Amino acid sequence: MAPTTTILSPAISLQLVTKRYGRGHRQVTALDGIELDVRPGELLCVVGASGCGKSTLLNLVAGLDEPTSGRVAVAGRTALMFQESALFPWLTAAGNIDLALKLRGVPRAERRARVDELLATVHLAGFGHKRPHELSGGMRQRVALARAFAQDADVLLMDEPFGALDAMTRDILHDELERLWRERDLTVLFVTHNVREAVRLGDRVMVLSSRPGRVTAVLDVPLARPRRIEEAEVGELAASVTARLREEVRRHAGDADR
Amino acid sequence: MPVTQTDEIALRAGAGGTGAVPAGSVATSADLAGLDALDRADDRLPGRRRAVWSSLWPKLAAIGLSLAIWQGVVWSGWKPHYVLPGPGPVLGVLWGMMADGTLAEATVNTMIRAVSGFAVAVVIGVAVGSLVARVPLLRTALGSLITGVQTMPSIAWFPLAILLFQLTERAILFVVVLGAAPAVANGLIAGADQIPPVLLRAGRVLGARGFAAWRHVVLPASLPSFVGGLKQGWAFAWRSLMAGELLVVIAEKPSIGSVLQVRRSLADAEGLIATMIVILAIGVVVDALVFGRLERAVLRRWGLAADRR
Repeated sequence: MAPTTTILSPAISLQLVTKRYGRGHRQVTALDGIELDVRPGELLCVVGASGCGKSTLLNLVAGLDEPTSGRVAVAGRTALMFQESALFPWLTAAGNIDLALKLRGVPRAERRARVDELLATVHLAGFGHKRPHELSGGMRQRVALARAFAQDADVLLMDEPFGALDAMTRDILHDELERLWRERDLTVLFVTHNVREAVRLGDRVMVLSSRPGRVTAVLDVPLARPRRIEEAEVGELAASVTARLREEVRRHAGDADR
Repeated sequence: MPVTQTDEIALRAGAGGTGAVPAGSVATSADLAGLDALDRADDRLPGRRRAVWSSLWPKLAAIGLSLAIWQGVVWSGWKPHYVLPGPGPVLGVLWGMMADGTLAEATVNTMIRAVSGFAVAVVIGVAVGSLVARVPLLRTALGSLITGVQTMPSIAWFPLAILLFQLTERAILFVVVLGAAPAVANGLIAGADQIPPVLLRAGRVLGARGFAAWRHVVLPASLPSFVGGLKQGWAFAWRSLMAGELLVVIAEKPSIGSVLQVRRSLADAEGLIATMIVILAIGVVVDALVFGRLERAVLRRWGLAADRR
């Protein structure tokens, strides 16, 4: 992808980040000693089985939560997108985008044009007056994407954003995300449990172990873009990542009895 | 494993037809438009007249059935006619009361009390509910107390109200407000409790903190439950008001409750039942036309109502 030089300081930097919840013997370590640098303009995918603290990781980067120890540094503003679109149901698609602009302090006079522009960016011009429940899952996620862009963030955090969509819609949204990521020069941290999706999208793929979440591997994806999820190379790489994940999951096979 | 994907490749190539430009935006936008059209829920609505009729006839049938049962009981001779008159004479008396204006004056007085009492209850209920929902300490202290006040029968407040305010409008207002405000407050509190956490997170991610979070996320998100609270509050207000008007009869100020009381002292069973029908009708009409509509509008707007088609 983009030629990255070592001089650039990272867009996201995690140094020995640990996050624990609870106290005493009930204490759960969600993340343990995470070290990660995400380069500016990079699309980094995080994969892991359930309980690997993927969402905790995003919360920390988004500043919604504080690490128990370690340091989280983010260059610029962050926007976060969820698996459910998390659009406000009482607002129209345009209203949701408008609210994001308003909370950022964009003057009313500019907002209207910006909303139209953002809707057009996600191919939803003309759907601004619709309410979220009148839109399909894929359309809702595109409105959520437009809302995230409305925050004018440099770093886009995505928490399994396409996990609830059908395969075809997801495919197209992969193309869309790739296009917008390039056009807008974003840094994206994309969390998913779908290994193929991670290989399809990522410049690098980080594999997290479960309970506690530790970095098992960070793999480069040396495949040229544009990629297709059905490409053989994507499949091969995904298979090797899946193998690592399986190993990880098997380690916990005894846990259920305890 | 990769073999399963071949169909999709063929499909894409056929639909997009972009040849050498695989991730082309043109193909994507056409694909998206197609999927959007296929995916979206159909938003055509059934004819309005038909909808009105289909919701009206069961109600009319139920009224007809009630009148028939009533008439049946009267014909059975269970009670003498001067104690339990039939629907015919009662509706005749009701018509007379409507025609000579006694009912109109009484209804106006009663509705003024109901609306003003309910309005005060809403203001107090919103203020208390907002505070209790936001401040955890207040919530621990007052949460169950509010529910306690709500379950207290309003008639039990009247002795105190009459001691405090004598037989005045304020005694009635006091009890109406105490009857309705807790329901309104509870509606708001329950609404704030039931907001999906992901919406609160989304609000924080968008930068809504403090008052902005309250105004843009919490308040609108709890509106459906709040409207439910308003509806319940109205029912409590109306009950309290009727109890109040029976007990606190103010001279030269006829009200529906006082008309009921007068008919009872005159042992005028027909007038009494006619007045009860008015009380019932006002309760039903306000509930259906004001709160029912409000509730439906909010639920539809929030996408919570099942599409009736």
